[in-house]
Amino acid sequence: MMNMQGFADQIAIGALTTLQTAGASLVLGIGLGLCGAAAKRASSRAIRSFAGAYTTIVRGVPELLIILILYFGGTAALSALFGHYVEVDAFSAGVFALTIVFGAYATEVFRAAIQSIPAGQIEAARALGLSRISIWLLIILPQMWRYALPGLGNLWLTLLKDTALISVVGLDDLMRKASLAAGVTHDPLTFYSAAAFVYLLFTSISLVALAALERRSYRGLRTA
Amino acid sequence: MNLSLILDVLPLLADGMILTAKLTTVSIILGAFIALPLSLMRTSSTVFLFVPVLVYTFVFRGTPLLVQLFLVYYGAGQIDWIRSSAAWVILREPFWCALIAFSLNHAAYTTEILRGGIRAVPFGDVEAAKALGMSYALRTRRVVLPAAIRLALPAYANEVVLMLKASSLASTITLMELTGSARKIVAQTFSPYEVFISAALIYLGITLVISHVFAKFERHLAKHQQRNSQTGNSRLAEMTATIRRPRLPGSVSR
Repeated sequence: MMNMQGFADQIAIGALTTLQTAGASLVLGIGLGLCGAAAKRASSRAIRSFAGAYTTIVRGVPELLIILILYFGGTAALSALFGHYVEVDAFSAGVFALTIVFGAYATEVFRAAIQSIPAGQIEAARALGLSRISIWLLIILPQMWRYALPGLGNLWLTLLKDTALISVVGLDDLMRKASLAAGVTHDPLTFYSAAAFVYLLFTSISLVALAALERRSYRGLRTA
Repeated sequence: MNLSLILDVLPLLADGMILTAKLTTVSIILGAFIALPLSLMRTSSTVFLFVPVLVYTFVFRGTPLLVQLFLVYYGAGQIDWIRSSAAWVILREPFWCALIAFSLNHAAYTTEILRGGIRAVPFGDVEAAKALGMSYALRTRRVVLPAAIRLALPAYANEVVLMLKASSLASTITLMELTGSARKIVAQTFSPYEVFISAALIYLGITLVISHVFAKFERHLAKHQQRNSQTGNSRLAEMTATIRRPRLPGSVSR
């Protein structure tokens, strides 16, 4: 067993922060992804190309750089806006950055999921006189989860690991607590291994939960 | 926001860009060399071969790259026999630590991608190769791998882009690659927006080039599948293609 030298509770607090950051970014990111997918299907060409630019840019730039831009740039922008120095806390900046990243990838996942819904169903709904909102709520959303779930699951695993990057701008997450403990005790091997173990635990639990969710999403459906 | 500053900074980032390119290219090449044998082990039915690879890919894909990087950079120096061995000459250099962490991480993802490709090779092709008396080595080299690599290529292109983006983490262990030099210039000029946006533009440019090259390569490899579409009547071409190459029941297991 590893000797945690009294840092076990700090690591546990860090792990909790990691989960909170990832959870908040997941919820907000799914919302952003849905908006993005809707924008990519919009009839206005301007909205479509805006959504296209968003996903292309965010998916082509390193996550670390996006976090740095939003953290330092965000501080500069808010300070300029209010006329005095405004400090952006690492949690908000981190959740904001991860939401932007997750939203871009989720947009693509949702777009593909919507395309897997037979077009005839949406045509039938239009023929029955359903409004655009009703079509979304009654036809598209309930069915697309099934197709989106595997992709979303992968994105969640990536998101969980990407939270480690926010430690670079000072969020007290699992990674940073491990760094601090490693610095104090001069024992990086133990603490980074401990962090790796906790991340692995989170990933394993997520994998089991995702498999169960996927099974549940196929309930009531005839499968070969 | 100062637009001319964005352009002024670009040449200052050139050195960082070269280091980023070096890190990415070497990691991709090393990763491919590691992943190729591992993916064959991963698809074997022998427990002693596929279980170690399974554990390796699970650990490297289940933990953040940053943790792996710090374990190699800070953790390795703590083990006495590494410190006293010849390997220490390599492991005390941040550049080599980054390369080791990146290629092992990249190889884990590539192994799983290639495994997916190998699994997707039609079993009838393998059966036919066996019936022709091909040995395992010949079969793998001439039948399985060429088809598997073609099938895995789109996913691999994504993975190469992810590797380019992951190379930005090297800035956390003092390497002055693209992100690292951008951070240094930000600290000197106090203009975070412009400098980081310049760096982002460079990354975006490289990403677009990579995707373009891979898309072209994919089209090149798929040439033999497109020859019928030029006749104009693609529906007819599709039908004749099915007639020419009948699918035997049971030949497609997946």
